[in-house]
Amino acid sequence: MAEFLMPILGSDMTEGKLVEWKKKAGDRVKKGEIIAEVDTEKATIEIESFQTGIIEQLIAKPGDTVPVGAVMAVIREEGKPSGLLPEVQPQVHLEPDRAAKPTRPAAPLTPPAPRMSESARLRISPSARQLAAELGVDPSTVQGTGADGAITRQDIEAAAGPVLPSSAEAAGTAIDRQARIRQTIAAAMARSKREIPHYYLSTTIDLSRAMTWLTEQNLKRPVTDRLLSGVLLIKAVALALREVPELNGFWKGHAAAQSPDIHVGVAVSLRQTGLVAPAIHHTDKHPLGDLMKRFQEVVKRARAGTLRSSEFSDPTITVTSLGEQGVETVFGVIYPPQVALVGFGKIVERPWVVDGQMVARPVITATLSADHRVTDGHRGGLFLSVVDRLLQEPGAL
Amino acid sequence: MTRSRPTSEIKQTVLTLLGEIAPEADLTTIRPDRSFRDQLDIDSMDFLNFIVAVHNEFHVEVPESDYAQLVSIDGCVGYLERKLSHSQG
Repeated sequence: MAEFLMPILGSDMTEGKLVEWKKKAGDRVKKGEIIAEVDTEKATIEIESFQTGIIEQLIAKPGDTVPVGAVMAVIREEGKPSGLLPEVQPQVHLEPDRAAKPTRPAAPLTPPAPRMSESARLRISPSARQLAAELGVDPSTVQGTGADGAITRQDIEAAAGPVLPSSAEAAGTAIDRQARIRQTIAAAMARSKREIPHYYLSTTIDLSRAMTWLTEQNLKRPVTDRLLSGVLLIKAVALALREVPELNGFWKGHAAAQSPDIHVGVAVSLRQTGLVAPAIHHTDKHPLGDLMKRFQEVVKRARAGTLRSSEFSDPTITVTSLGEQGVETVFGVIYPPQVALVGFGKIVERPWVVDGQMVARPVITATLSADHRVTDGHRGGLFLSVVDRLLQEPGAL
Repeated sequence: MTRSRPTSEIKQTVLTLLGEIAPEADLTTIRPDRSFRDQLDIDSMDFLNFIVAVHNEFHVEVPESDYAQLVSIDGCVGYLERKLSHSQG
């Protein structure tokens, strides 16, 4: 029996509102299948099941606001006996009309799993606890970043950051949504600049081989299969991470944790409403044509507001490009808990010296923003040189 | 299916396709003689999707080298009129 919890879909997410269940009790569900739709500060997100089984109980109800980590449903492994969790108290903020009569599950068939008391589970200083009370933050919903996962004052402040006055939340208008997205970005970026000692490196890369190769490829491809230069850049970053894996992962507590998989988060502008950076899973393993399809798909769903939970929670590094806005050099802010961000500027024609001769070449400025707690400039510089090298052999990407 | 279409119909179809790419855009304020990429904040991914939509709707091949001719409404309409009349003839 497994508890299906409200996932954390961003470093500053504290809760999500269940929009609807895509399954009902008794339904079979496969790992990775969409099981629910949840509204967060940034977007409406499709939540995937983390395991295969049968839905035993749906605890949260559409409209409920559920803290991160709270039980939303119970999934039973197929073939295992049914056993409803007894007295599961939904950790949800109920809609006003249902607040007086919270839903309880049916009579238990198995004894409850032992649960630690909140005081035993939470590591939080008295000062942080007091701040949480002042700001109206439930400490049990906060992920601690202090020693042994202890919740710090900064964690409480970060958790409180995106919360807007209740009147604004209730309005639910487009303007409110835009404000909430802005607040979420503000909280994440403020945390990043407060906690992460950034260092920045940049290099100019000759893209003449890559652009020539791309033009030749697109001449051969039907319009539906054409590639954008951005997909070459994303793939080059993903492959370079194999050689400098320290940049691919997270800062957790007081240590760096490399990710065994490479899931590049691609920054997607939502035009008037902000920015999201969903993951393209296993970015390094897809051929360019396949990667392009995945890139198109994730941009389309980001703008339609139908991203999936794993796309929000899994990026191991972020790639952003502002070239289309005419920017030549991007000094990005790392999205915590990631430890690096790669920026690309506009592809521009510049004088370039080749074999002692001045020639015009399309070039791009690639930048690395990296967490100095995890890497030094030497490794960061190596990473950018690998990206450069890979882009000189576009056919091998 | 390729067939002759009046200019007004081509223009309306182009606007409809653009509206699907950028649903938040106000197409009534767009200047037809200027780049819609700038006016509607259309990026290269949107533009490629627009070209694919044009291909699917009008059944015309648009090579990359012709993209610059399709960045405005007027440019699109003129380009499609030429392509459609060629395919008819």
